[in-house]
Amino acid sequence: MPYRLMNCRKSLLVALVGIAMVFVTATGCRKAKVDPFPSSDTVSGWQKTSDTRVFAARDLWQYIDGDSEQYISAGVVTTSTSDYKFQNQLEAVVDIYTMGDAAGATRILSTNQTSEAKSIQLGDAGIQFAQSIIFRKGPYLVRIVAYESTPSTPQALLALAHGLEAKL
Amino acid sequence: MKNRRDFLKTAAAGAVLIGSQSNLGLAEMLDNHAETAKSKVVVAKDPALHGPAGSTTSQPEEKRVLDLLDRAIAAYTGNNHPVEAWKHIVPSGKVIGLKVNGLGGKGISTHATLVLAICERLQQAGVKPGNIIVWDRNARDIEACGLTISTDPSRVRVFGSDVSGYEDEPVSFGSAVKVKLSKILTRQCDMVIGLPILKDHEMAGVTFSMKNMYGVVERPNELHANGCNPGVADLNRIPTVREKVRFTIGDAMSSVCQGGPGFHPEHLWYPNSLIIGEDRVAVDHTAWKMIEARRAETGLPTLEAANRPPRYIATAADADHMLGVNDPQRIHLIEV
Repeated sequence: MPYRLMNCRKSLLVALVGIAMVFVTATGCRKAKVDPFPSSDTVSGWQKTSDTRVFAARDLWQYIDGDSEQYISAGVVTTSTSDYKFQNQLEAVVDIYTMGDAAGATRILSTNQTSEAKSIQLGDAGIQFAQSIIFRKGPYLVRIVAYESTPSTPQALLALAHGLEAKL
Repeated sequence: MKNRRDFLKTAAAGAVLIGSQSNLGLAEMLDNHAETAKSKVVVAKDPALHGPAGSTTSQPEEKRVLDLLDRAIAAYTGNNHPVEAWKHIVPSGKVIGLKVNGLGGKGISTHATLVLAICERLQQAGVKPGNIIVWDRNARDIEACGLTISTDPSRVRVFGSDVSGYEDEPVSFGSAVKVKLSKILTRQCDMVIGLPILKDHEMAGVTFSMKNMYGVVERPNELHANGCNPGVADLNRIPTVREKVRFTIGDAMSSVCQGGPGFHPEHLWYPNSLIIGEDRVAVDHTAWKMIEARRAETGLPTLEAANRPPRYIATAADADHMLGVNDPQRIHLIEV
């Protein structure tokens, strides 16, 4: 094989390897983006009943109007939300606020503390009420709210919360 | 009792006399001088609206809601015949808008039972179904109230500003913020009845009658500065809003006294009440006091102490806005 052709093939190989390395560095090493919302029946009895809606910080008012300012001042980056239904009866909504850092999530969680809040072992910290659960994990602040209070509501919400926490 | 023609005539005169107050249903009051007249606000309550004590359900009972509405309207108009009373409230042959509030989601939005009760009485009073428009910002908010979208002109129409769109030309009053109004308000409705739901509000302190109008503009977030003051008052002073929004039937059947405007069930309570009136300032003042009473009961600080009193209420009553009265001495509060 002529020397020039060999040299050309070698250069091509080096270039391909280089491109491959850049590609792996850019994509393969990054943690794959995960949808944290459990799909239907991933958590026993829970159905995901709506598409996930995502709001950038600047558009958060469209979802929660005046509530948005406290999240923005705590550094929210995006907010994702989806509806759920338990055993075809109990309706709930899940909001996941992705904050700029864990401090932002901590700040929002603390504003939800009341004397009736029950601490729960979930993520980095969490609290539960009769009809809702709020917990944080790293930069994520998760709020799950049921529209009815039944005897099974707290346990059902807790199960869904664990399902979410496992995916964050 | 005056007939509808006389009533509307005096109502129009009243609007000239005392600025923004349309005085629908307040024919007798029009005989008084504006300076001495009181704004009537009715708070009608049914403690068993959500079932007997100890077995509270999240939805109020349909029949009881209609009865409560009738009682409120009777107390307001002095007419014990609901249909006749409604004939004196709504003009004949006009399109009536019912502006609900579904922003808080399913847990804390205007109740469908109240909307349906009002639609029933409006139709019995002679309003054609297609001349009733139930509306809010968008489909999501409307569905949060438990209502179904319908644009069929032969039935009560239910749709949002996402269907109608907003005016291209922005308008304003006072503040530098210009807003684009919903075409449902500007082009389709002759008269609007506000159907807000009583809530605490993270920024404004309280959201009820006047704050409900944030749902008639394209970008309400631009009116959020400084605790929505003077944003709320300025918006309500815009001529189209001021002139068309003539009556409030406020839903205080359930409420949140903290954490609003979103749904925070840990702060949910059931006032089991309707708050109605034409003077939106007086209605909001009454609603504010109801929220404060609940906050005191549950050990929460006053909204003043929480650094978010609803200052926009006083602004709405000031000489620049003249939207109504916030002086308790000038509010004729009737509790039934």
